[in-house]
Parts: sequence; C-alpha cells; structure tokens
Amino acid sequence: MTTDTQLELWEVFMQSKPGANYIHAGSVHASDKSMALQNARDTYSRRGEGTSIWVVPANAIVASNPDDNDLFFDPANDKVYRHPTFYVMPKDAKAI
Amino acid sequence: MENKEQTVEEEILINFEKKIENGDSIEPKDKMPDGYRRHLIRQISQHAHSEVIGMQPESNWITRAPTLRAKQILLAKIQDEGGHGLYLYGAAETLGISRSELIEQLHTGKAKYSNIFNYPVLTWADIGAIGWLVDGAAIVNQVSLQRTSYGPYSRAMVRICKEESFHQRQGYEIMAKMMAGTKEQQEMAQDAMNRWWWPSLMMFGPHDSSSPHSGNAFKWKIKRHSNDELRHKFIDKTVQQAQVIGLKIPDKDLKWNEKNGHYEHGAINWYEFHKVIAGNGPCNKQRMEHHIKVHNEGKWVREAAEAHRLKKERQN
Repeated sequence: MTTDTQLELWEVFMQSKPGANYIHAGSVHASDKSMALQNARDTYSRRGEGTSIWVVPANAIVASNPDDNDLFFDPANDKVYRHPTFYVMPKDAKAI
Repeated sequence: MENKEQTVEEEILINFEKKIENGDSIEPKDKMPDGYRRHLIRQISQHAHSEVIGMQPESNWITRAPTLRAKQILLAKIQDEGGHGLYLYGAAETLGISRSELIEQLHTGKAKYSNIFNYPVLTWADIGAIGWLVDGAAIVNQVSLQRTSYGPYSRAMVRICKEESFHQRQGYEIMAKMMAGTKEQQEMAQDAMNRWWWPSLMMFGPHDSSSPHSGNAFKWKIKRHSNDELRHKFIDKTVQQAQVIGLKIPDKDLKWNEKNGHYEHGAINWYEFHKVIAGNGPCNKQRMEHHIKVHNEGKWVREAAEAHRLKKERQN
C-alpha cells in the first residue's frame, strides 16, 4: 500500500546548446528518473530551450552554507602569484 | 553591553536588511526574517494557484475554438499556464513549504488565487479579452517582479515573462480580427471588453492608500512598484491598443492627464472586488470544486507511480 504524495523533488539542469554549461532551470516532481526527465522536458523545454537535460534528486545535492561564505570563498587576495599580472615579462617578449 | 542583548532574530534582521539594501538577491539557504518568508509563501503560492486555476476558464473553449489554428494556439497557451504554475510552486517550495501543503491551503481557502478567474467566459471574444487584458495586466505585474529580491521567485518571473508575451498578442489578435469582422462580431468583442475591463483593473489590487500588505513588501524589495503605478502603466498601453482597433473603453470618466502623462480612470467598484475575494463571485465555487475533483481523481495515478517505483527498487 502506498500513500498519496506529491512525489519526489528533482532539480533540473539544462544545456542550451552543445558545448554550453549546464545551468539550473528549476525543479519538478516525479516518482522515478524517467518520469523526472520527461517532466523536465515538458516543463522547461517547450520552445527549444535546451539540447540536453540532467535531472538530480534534490536530496542528493550538497550545498554550501551561506554562513561560512567568508571563510569558504575567501578570495585569497594575498596570493597574488595566482594571477598572471604578478610575473614580470622580459622586455620585447610577446604574450602567448 | 547592549549588543550582547541583541537577540538572534534581531541579528538576522539586521544582516538581511543590509543585504537587501545592497541590492543582493536572497537565496533559499540565506537567513531571512520569518515575516519575509511568510510574505513570500503567501504571494508566490497565490501566484502559482492563479496560473493553475486560470487554466479552467480557457480550457472550456478548446473544443469550441473556431479554427484548428485557434485551437492549437489555445492548447499551447493553457499548457504554458500549467508550466508557469509549476515554476512558481517550485519557487515556493524552496521556502520550506511542501507541494501538498500548498494544495491543501488552496483547497481549504487559506490561500487565494487571482479574483479574475472567478468570472465566466461567455463567448469566443472573451478568450480574446482574457489574453489581451488579463494576460496583459499579468505581464505588467510580472515584468516588475523580475527584479524582486527573492532569487528563485525572480528567476521564475524572468522565464514566465519570456513566454507570456505570446499570450497577450494572441488575445489582441482575436480582438483585432473580430473588430475587422461583421457588426455582430464587433458587438461581441465590445461586450467582452465591457465585462473584462474593470475586473482587469482590479487585478492590480487596492489603491496604494488602502493596500494592507505593502509596508514591508517595499522595504524588503519583494514589490518594486505600487499597485497604482502598475495599473497606470497597464491602462496607458492598453487604451492605445483599444483605439487602434476601434474598441471603446467602458469608462466615461477616462481622461488623459497632460501634466503627468497618464490616463486617469473612473472609480473602481471595490465593493465588487471584496465580494468576489470573499468567495461570492460568479464562479468561485465551480473553480474550487473542479480543482478538488481533479486532484482527487488523480490520486490513483500518483499512487500507481509510487508503487511502480517501489516495485522497480525491489527488483534491483
């Protein structure tokens, strides 16, 4: 016996054209992965918005905590040697 | 030290308002005041319910569309409305409320949907008037909401606005065709205009001077333009479109104000507005009964989908 639920939550990622990054489009509800894919197509690609879709169970996504942002995303500005402008190019040498 | 007595809630509020002031968008995992969360759940769910309930008055005309072209367009439009409902339910769910709770709130009357869908759709011209006026009014509101402070809501609005302009144009096309047709068709179009104009103006909500939810909504940048500002924007654009095809605006007090560059409209019947909100519009009962019936009839489908998943899991 199963109970009446609104099915599981899935997150949808879409690639707009071959070679592009997959970008979060939104979410859908579905009982399994094939239904999730079908629902994602119907919901987020009615006008050729994508050429490829990923669906991921929402509870499988691990997200960073905004409270840790200062530490977690420390820009490391003291490590200037990470940037090309730190280096001195010999006179007359051309950039590659 | 006074600072030490600052409660957790106060600290959350201060940091939150600093972000809002900077123009940062708020994301689901960010700390936010309860009032902000509650306001958004109420507003986004009302918006989602409106999209879904809005499918009913139009779907009634699919089998009676005058041409195959009109039928295809209407089907695509109604499918879009369903999609828009889903984008918005998804945005509401990021605030920690479940889809089941959202639907339950609709069925018990705790959550509202736009008043406009409690009016009947009597003729094919009404389908034109809905696309042109109702979707036109919705677009003006939604364009403004693209810059709302809550990230998931804003992103849903951007997506919806891209799709919605076809809805307004197809409605206007129906009206323009009828106004270029026979005398009977012209009268039918004008009749639809007369019935839909005022309820469309009411879609923007009470006047700014008596809007109950506006205070924090502006401060927290949920709302970016006031009800009256948006209503004026809609009127200015729509009056011009009506004139082009020869439709009369059913407002004898409508006049152009040269000083501020806007039209001024006559008095809105707020008694009717509150009556319909309270559940006494022409179709409130019918809309809700239909939604509950279809929800209950779909129960076995959801249960079968779950049973199918469980069966496959056992096989693996």
